[in-house]
Amino acid sequence: MPLLDPSGPIGAAEKSVLLTAIGLMLIVVVPVFLMTFWFAWRYRASNRKARYAPEWASSGKIELAVWLVPAVIVSLLGLLTWNATHRLSPYRPLASAKDPLPIDAVAMNWKWLFIYPRQHIATVNQLALPTNVPVSFRLTSQTVMASFFIPRLGSQIYAMPGMRTKLHLLADKAGIYTGRNFQFSGRGYSWMQFQVIATSPQKFDVWIDKIKRSSRKLNLAAFQKLERPSIETPTIYYAAVHPHLFEYIIHQVMTGQGTYASNGAVDVG
Amino acid sequence: MLGKLTLAAIPYHNPIIMGAVGFALAAAAAVSGLITYYGKWRYLWNEWLTSVDHKKIGIMYVILALVMLLRGFADAIMMRSQQALAYGSSRGYLPPHHFDQVFTAHGTIMIFFMAMPFLVGLMNIAVPQQIGARDVAFPFMNSVSLWLTAVGAMLVMVSLGIGDFSRAGWPGYPPLSELRYSPDSGVDYWIWAIQLSGIGTLMTGINFLVTILKMRAPGMTLMRMPVFTWTALCTSILIVLAFPILTATLALLTLDRYLGMHFFTAGHGGNLMMYTNLFWMWGHPEVYILILPAFGVFSEVVATFSGKRLFGYSMMVYATIAITFLSFTVWLHHFFTMGASANVNAFFGITTMVIAIPTGVKIFNWLFTMYRGRVRFTTPMLWTLGFIVTFTIGGMSGVLLAVPPADFVLHNSELVVAHFHNVLIPGSLFGYFAGYAYWFPKAFGFRLDERWGRRAFWAWLVGFYVAFMPLYILGLMGMPRRMDYDINPAWHPYLEIAALGAAIIALGIACQIAQLVASFRKRAATRDLSGDPWDGRTLEWSLPSPPPFYNFARIPIVRDRDAFADIKQRGAAYRRPARYHDIHMPKNTAAGFLIGAFALLFGFAMVWHIWWLAASGAFAILVLVVARATREDTDYIVPAAEIERIETLRYRRLAAAGIIPAEPQGGGLPAFEPAE
Repeated sequence: MPLLDPSGPIGAAEKSVLLTAIGLMLIVVVPVFLMTFWFAWRYRASNRKARYAPEWASSGKIELAVWLVPAVIVSLLGLLTWNATHRLSPYRPLASAKDPLPIDAVAMNWKWLFIYPRQHIATVNQLALPTNVPVSFRLTSQTVMASFFIPRLGSQIYAMPGMRTKLHLLADKAGIYTGRNFQFSGRGYSWMQFQVIATSPQKFDVWIDKIKRSSRKLNLAAFQKLERPSIETPTIYYAAVHPHLFEYIIHQVMTGQGTYASNGAVDVG
Repeated sequence: MLGKLTLAAIPYHNPIIMGAVGFALAAAAAVSGLITYYGKWRYLWNEWLTSVDHKKIGIMYVILALVMLLRGFADAIMMRSQQALAYGSSRGYLPPHHFDQVFTAHGTIMIFFMAMPFLVGLMNIAVPQQIGARDVAFPFMNSVSLWLTAVGAMLVMVSLGIGDFSRAGWPGYPPLSELRYSPDSGVDYWIWAIQLSGIGTLMTGINFLVTILKMRAPGMTLMRMPVFTWTALCTSILIVLAFPILTATLALLTLDRYLGMHFFTAGHGGNLMMYTNLFWMWGHPEVYILILPAFGVFSEVVATFSGKRLFGYSMMVYATIAITFLSFTVWLHHFFTMGASANVNAFFGITTMVIAIPTGVKIFNWLFTMYRGRVRFTTPMLWTLGFIVTFTIGGMSGVLLAVPPADFVLHNSELVVAHFHNVLIPGSLFGYFAGYAYWFPKAFGFRLDERWGRRAFWAWLVGFYVAFMPLYILGLMGMPRRMDYDINPAWHPYLEIAALGAAIIALGIACQIAQLVASFRKRAATRDLSGDPWDGRTLEWSLPSPPPFYNFARIPIVRDRDAFADIKQRGAAYRRPARYHDIHMPKNTAAGFLIGAFALLFGFAMVWHIWWLAASGAFAILVLVVARATREDTDYIVPAAEIERIETLRYRRLAAAGIIPAEPQGGGLPAFEPAE
């Protein structure tokens, strides 16, 4: 189960929050189960040995306990929540000796575009990350709302049209993972996934070099072609990318321009 | 002339949809045929369609809910089978165009046209009788509410055969639901179905708020109200506060789609986050609108079938009030992943958890009501016990999702689907089923068959676990919700188990249909002669089953929380009052039904941009409302002699059943001290 087998510190911390919260809640939940079966059986109508007190309807002690015990548990959970939410805010840069790697992610119908501003390259539906290097994502959508999520690494965040969100992740184990859109976005949604290659910084550089040898370039003309809705889009490598494409996309959306329309002639029946 | 409507809107080439349309039409034809065969059209019109009697309106609401449950469940079966079939290279049998409508329709129907009419129906049946009233405060408005709700459901059904339904999910997030991405009429069907029924619901909220606050029998102080009435009051408050938000939000989306405005578009200054916030400002209170009345049913059922007062009544009331107001403080937990600051996320996470405290108190109060009781395991009680255990698991996953860092990995996953079904099926539907079995004899005069009831319960309970526990696992495996194709083969076995669970639930529904048939056949043996089949504790059980149209011949005086238990204890039950008075009752009217019929025309015309028809429909509604509002003869007086005649028959029946001595009673304490 990817969520219980994280490959990065964010995912690992979120897993531990998840398990701690479940543990705390079991303090109330287990007694409820036991009491339900015990009371129902013990006080069944056919059991004439059990005490019957039809007018007994309040008890200060019990009432205090049923308010107090859940209140204490919720206070503990609240404390955990306050701390963990601040510690694991997707906007919070990760503490690391290494300089974070910036990546811009753009949700499109129905594929993901990744721009590496520092390396001046871009890819579609494939994301490579160097292990143990913090990655700082900026995200937007060129179409409807989407949610960017790599289950093995933790923390999803919405990618919204005309807006920019941020996310910080780190992979500490090399491997091939799946990332995908988690927010329903129309007919191509099911296929809107991408491959994540978490690899050593050396191999990451090899991957960058491979992309730089591609013959494609993502200038505005190429982007207008890419904008067209497509399903099961294969991986595409771009050796170069328009320097302000991310800002350009946000601006296009905000001013209501762009050539995109979703219900194009894409038939997948 | 016909706006956007053309013959191409009819999906005659799609065998699945045409099959469904054919089935719906055949069912409608069969029902009409039976009514014609038995010559019941006049009866139906005079006694039901034009009725303003809360009991009949309640029954019609519940019938609507049960029919729409079948439709919504058919959608569920389609989703479960598609997800179980479409893995690896297989694409199953539903194209995305269809699958996306199915899950949108499932959510919309189950919330607005199954759960809402079910709970409003139960409120209609029980609340006036529980508070010692003869009807609701505004009986005509009640009829309009019913027909507007039915119109919404009709529009969803019409979309099956003419055009498409929305493919934007039941919350209809823009910009996916905007014209650019959903140019066809699907989203418009969704908007008008919800909008029209939402107005009906708002009127229901106003109606019950006023009824409960102003029409209680003398002596029934707020803190003597039955807990179901309390939850109906709190649900009405929530409806009155929350539904206008939905109405306004949908109106803004309508302006975007119809007049090219930009409230929620991505461009030209629109803000889709505003929609998300507004939608859930209604949407979260809506969850409690659905759940609180079910909590009320459980409170009545557990006290009655434990033969005991409800434990911690005041705590129960305060917990209900706390939930009512806290429900407005948690909406942001539906989108922790939108990029709000840690302070904002943590705040809403903690407010969400705080709701678990009053909810936990309620669970313990139900448990301590059984404690030192004499628990009878009737069908309503089984639903209650199934609820307590199952809902606790759902509540736990809810608190888990309220922790933002946990939500960051669980949001939009199958675990969320598992969670909200895990709270809404036991927390509301089981409650409605319990209420259905509990008040059925009150509404119809005979009990539901217990054997089929138990079978239905077990199939639902087992089916629920088999269908939804695998979804929890799938969520942890990283499977998103609403996926229809290209499903990871590792998920496939769990989806097969979930599909099996849906099949077991289908057996449960089959048992419920069998239960209705069996109960009707055996009704002579299970007739409720006393009006009090369960040894009930609240005022509705002091009435005959079914009650006369005026409910109470004399308005009772309430001396205790468990008003009828108190009357029975004092030996004052079934005592005949010394004399009767004239009773003032509302007249039946066709106006509610006609307003509904024109609202249907209006909604359909708006969907297809048939402006002349929409304007005519709206004008006709206006004329009807004005005509009704200016009418003077909307009510009549039932003379005391007529009441006496009806009541004499009742006492004869009670005597014949051996519930009271055959001789007319003289002297002694009057059962209900006269309040008029």
